[in-house]
Amino acid sequence: MNILVGISRVPDTATKVAIDESGTAISAKGVKYIVNPYDEYAIEEALQLKQKHGGTVTAVTVADDGGKETLRSALAMGVDKAILVKDEQGLDSFGIAATLSELAGQDYDLVLLGRQSIDFDSFQMAGLLGELLGRPSLTVVSKLEIDGQTVKAERDIEGGKESVTSSLPCVISVQKGINDPRYPKLPDIIKAKKKPIEERAAQNLPARVTVTRMEMPPAKSGGVVLGDTADDIKELVRLLREDAKVI
Amino acid sequence: MKILAYLETQEGAFKKNAFEAIKAARHIAELTGGEFIGATSGIDAANIQEAGKYGLETCFTLDHDALAQPNAAALAQAVSGLAEQETCQIVVFPATALGKETAPRVAVRLQAGMVADTIDIQRDGDCLVAVKPVYAGKALATVKIEAPQQVYTIRPNIFTATADSSATVSVSSFAPSLDDVATKTTVTGVTRNTGKLDVAEAEIIVSGGRGLKGPENFYLIEELARAFGAAVGASRAVVDAGWRPHAEQVGQTGKTVSPNLYVACGISGAVQHLAGMSSSKNIVAVNKDKNAPIFQVADYGVVGDVFEVLPELTRLVSETTGNKIEA
Repeated sequence: MNILVGISRVPDTATKVAIDESGTAISAKGVKYIVNPYDEYAIEEALQLKQKHGGTVTAVTVADDGGKETLRSALAMGVDKAILVKDEQGLDSFGIAATLSELAGQDYDLVLLGRQSIDFDSFQMAGLLGELLGRPSLTVVSKLEIDGQTVKAERDIEGGKESVTSSLPCVISVQKGINDPRYPKLPDIIKAKKKPIEERAAQNLPARVTVTRMEMPPAKSGGVVLGDTADDIKELVRLLREDAKVI
Repeated sequence: MKILAYLETQEGAFKKNAFEAIKAARHIAELTGGEFIGATSGIDAANIQEAGKYGLETCFTLDHDALAQPNAAALAQAVSGLAEQETCQIVVFPATALGKETAPRVAVRLQAGMVADTIDIQRDGDCLVAVKPVYAGKALATVKIEAPQQVYTIRPNIFTATADSSATVSVSSFAPSLDDVATKTTVTGVTRNTGKLDVAEAEIIVSGGRGLKGPENFYLIEELARAFGAAVGASRAVVDAGWRPHAEQVGQTGKTVSPNLYVACGISGAVQHLAGMSSSKNIVAVNKDKNAPIFQVADYGVVGDVFEVLPELTRLVSETTGNKIEA
């Protein structure tokens, strides 16, 4: 089974966001970038599937030069091959999906992704890719079994789980909890630095969406501060009932 | 301009997010001087009338065996087929497990631009612009779709619907033609956590963090949640420690939520947690450290020990709501 894992580079979850001078993006100053946390589950799942079924695991990212660092992390975890599709223009989700679909359409049985990229949180990639490739998509998968061409999965839905069956080739996005991603050992990290990264150029594709403004959410102020006496708690319940009108 | 809203159902009735989709479609129709229609499946004509209270006048049922328990590929083919037949330029989905997967597929089929997890749609000259939280709500992006065809998923609990109409819904059938990609995936079963609300959809959430000291003390959170009629949430720290399931995690690597009331108990307020809940309409924080960052976003802060505050709060809330504390 040949697996393509799409990964992305995102600001660390502890990042305090500031808006940059353009007013349409966050400032990169002082930001530590990490592999999108959900993508680590996708890489781990691909490696475990390879162990069971054989084949190869290829990691791909559509990014600027910074994407190399992301790919090195995937190589350190144990993927066979890394591809950087160099994107200087900053493609939108659709452009990235179109770029990935060209690659995925070649000889991959399975495309694995994280359930969402924690920068734009759009949950779009699996659906876009599935439709562009004319293949099924299964998203937010927390349990996966593949037997021959048959795919059995459990996915998280509101307030429960959904069991689905489908077939290869397909596109799957995975959820936290599906596995425990391995921590690469130091020798693997050092070896990964020397492994080749294949570079391709992204096509120029017109944007379907553009960000016209980026701003901080409105700041809260003037919250009521109470102590923990019985009277304080009584007052809190009164405020929730009469002021906020939520109970 | 014609707008199509997908109305999600469960066990033969509309989900609350169906009325929110109508509300969003109605809002876009008002901005553009257009009209809106609904599309649904898994519900009978009598129950569809419920949507009339929210102003829906026309609804199509998507009639195909594969759509009784739809998978995204099948639903996408049906919805885009209907959008083409009815010349709808804009399609609205709820940002649910089903909607989030189906919407991008529809966008590909209609050659549309898409905005996910929309919290506001405004008019800017001749265009529409949508606002969506990014970086789990640490920032807000205003996004313009350049394509004439547009698909939006809308975040739950934002386009709050009120039953202010008494329209009669005219119901028609639409029989989509589906190709084999649509029938490759089958939903074989659904298990629901009975009696439990999901944090992504709940109007009230009571969340617990490390301040609870151990999983055995989470009954305090569960009891307060029952008193409010709320869903139980958890911080990343307690999910990573294995105290609570990931489905309950609120924050950047869990669920981003906007309930009417969020009660954070024993949660200090790490950046990634604040990102996931700070757009809640009302926030209560209970924490013994008065300098905890959670108080910066709280509307009502209680500086105190969760073990002392929660039992009393639970008792008083239960008295007010009439909800029982016991499971």
